[in-house]
Amino acid sequence: MKYPIIPYRIFPLGDSALTIDFGNVIDEDVNKCVFASFHQLQQDPLPGIIELIPAYSSLTVCYDVVTVKKRFHSGKTVFESIKEWVEDKLDQPFSFDETAAVEVKIPVCYAVEFAPDIEQLARTRGLSPEEVIEIHTLKSYKVYMLGFLPGFAYMGEVDERIIMPRKQQPQNILPGSVGIAGKQTGIYPFASPGGWQIIGRTPLKLFDIEKENPTLLKAGQTVQFYSISKNEFENY
Amino acid sequence: MSLKIIKAGVLDTIQDLGRYGNQQLGINPGGAMDKVAMQTANALVGNDLSEAVIELHYPASVFLFSQPALIALSGADFSASINGEPVANLRVIAVNKNNALQFHKPVNGARAYLAVHGGFEIEKWLGSGSTNLKIKAGGFHGRGLSKSDEIPFKYSIDFSVLLNKNEFKVLPWSADTCFPDDSKEVLVLPGNEWDKLTVTSKEIFTSTPFVVTKQSDRMGYRLGNNPLSSVSTEELISSAVDFGTIQLLPDGKLIVLMADHQTTGGYPRIAHVITAHHSRLAQLKTGDGIWFRLTDQLTAEELLLQQNRHLLQLQNACTFRLHQYLQKHGY
Repeated sequence: MKYPIIPYRIFPLGDSALTIDFGNVIDEDVNKCVFASFHQLQQDPLPGIIELIPAYSSLTVCYDVVTVKKRFHSGKTVFESIKEWVEDKLDQPFSFDETAAVEVKIPVCYAVEFAPDIEQLARTRGLSPEEVIEIHTLKSYKVYMLGFLPGFAYMGEVDERIIMPRKQQPQNILPGSVGIAGKQTGIYPFASPGGWQIIGRTPLKLFDIEKENPTLLKAGQTVQFYSISKNEFENY
Repeated sequence: MSLKIIKAGVLDTIQDLGRYGNQQLGINPGGAMDKVAMQTANALVGNDLSEAVIELHYPASVFLFSQPALIALSGADFSASINGEPVANLRVIAVNKNNALQFHKPVNGARAYLAVHGGFEIEKWLGSGSTNLKIKAGGFHGRGLSKSDEIPFKYSIDFSVLLNKNEFKVLPWSADTCFPDDSKEVLVLPGNEWDKLTVTSKEIFTSTPFVVTKQSDRMGYRLGNNPLSSVSTEELISSAVDFGTIQLLPDGKLIVLMADHQTTGGYPRIAHVITAHHSRLAQLKTGDGIWFRLTDQLTAEELLLQQNRHLLQLQNACTFRLHQYLQKHGY
């Protein structure tokens, strides 16, 4: 696929980062733009850029003001200098070959004891819990980004029939919990307070500090959930 | 050659400047809350400014030295003593074998730092010694320090000649604090959703104090405030947040993200505390009030550059004094 890319807007995220905003949307093409830009900015990187954080529809560039200032002596702010560097990089035509999406199969036990919110979600959407499970496992999901917690994959989009907003009050959520928030689905790698509607739990380890690549999932992959019994979960 | 914990504190962890380059995997940078104080302690003992130190909360641990060492304390004043004798922050202290370091009461600030000449021998994870409590990685076995832990030093130098027969010795100079202000005013830059605040909310934000509530920790401070409101109901898609980002929660309250902040978030970012004032934030306690004042990009950058220059000057001066002193005493 050939870029240049869709229009974007750059805004400062404080004094040590800026965000390239491609639009406030969950959209596969927009997300591809984010990762193409992520890839492009990694080529011949500017000293002082500490890291790049891709999200659904934005890419954030974190930088060290002191290091960048040494390079640009002009009267411009460091923010302006980085902004111009980004614009220049994204202005050049560049190619980005998305590696073929790897599909990862993830077992989920949807038993009520692992799924505190499945009954409420089913009732609200006029479905049975079995139908919720069927719909959730029917299609595969794209991993749009990792964020929030180490190894937490933001995936989408769920079938309209099981869309459910976040809860008002965050609950304590256990590791491995599979949840829904709006059109998104995701898995909590660690215990955490969170507002997602929890409909199951996976026995897989989403994050392993012992591994060189500690996250099970990566942005760009696709995920297919499949249902396992409580017995299978416990003996996994 | 180590430091032993005789009695555990409430939350003492190994921290450095943070773990960068992994936020794309959701791994947050962490690091010391007050990085200026952390670097100041390192400068005093002649370390690289980025060396890992111990971050202390009150009540803090009681430490016992298993051998002589050069140490420095900075940040919050917890009324430290060695073998019962008061010792001040921002000094270089030569401690002796079996000296006990303890802290008696929180005088000011919220986080103190303890640096040891040469640094602690700890295993780095993804390039940083910072403790990530959530995922139990980095620092000392990925956790806070507890009773009977022994944290080894990277190398040992025998300072006994320096100490003569004294129990411990405070070397004859001190650092000035980089920014010796306990000012309760912090400068902020407008966030991307600043303009979505109502006129009244903007007014409240810039003209009333905000109190740090009990629901505050290394991840973020929840502020007690008159609810602010936004003119927009558009839901935001998650994107990156940073240390100092001030988010507007659905109930109109504010949260300021701190060192252990999550990597991305979806609440409106109404403002960002400038990096040069992160230390002020870090030293706030429950019940403290702060005032926010808007500034611009150039000022924020200038203050940060100034702070950095000051730290480098301090490091040069400290290194010079220490070398001179040690040479004079035959090291």
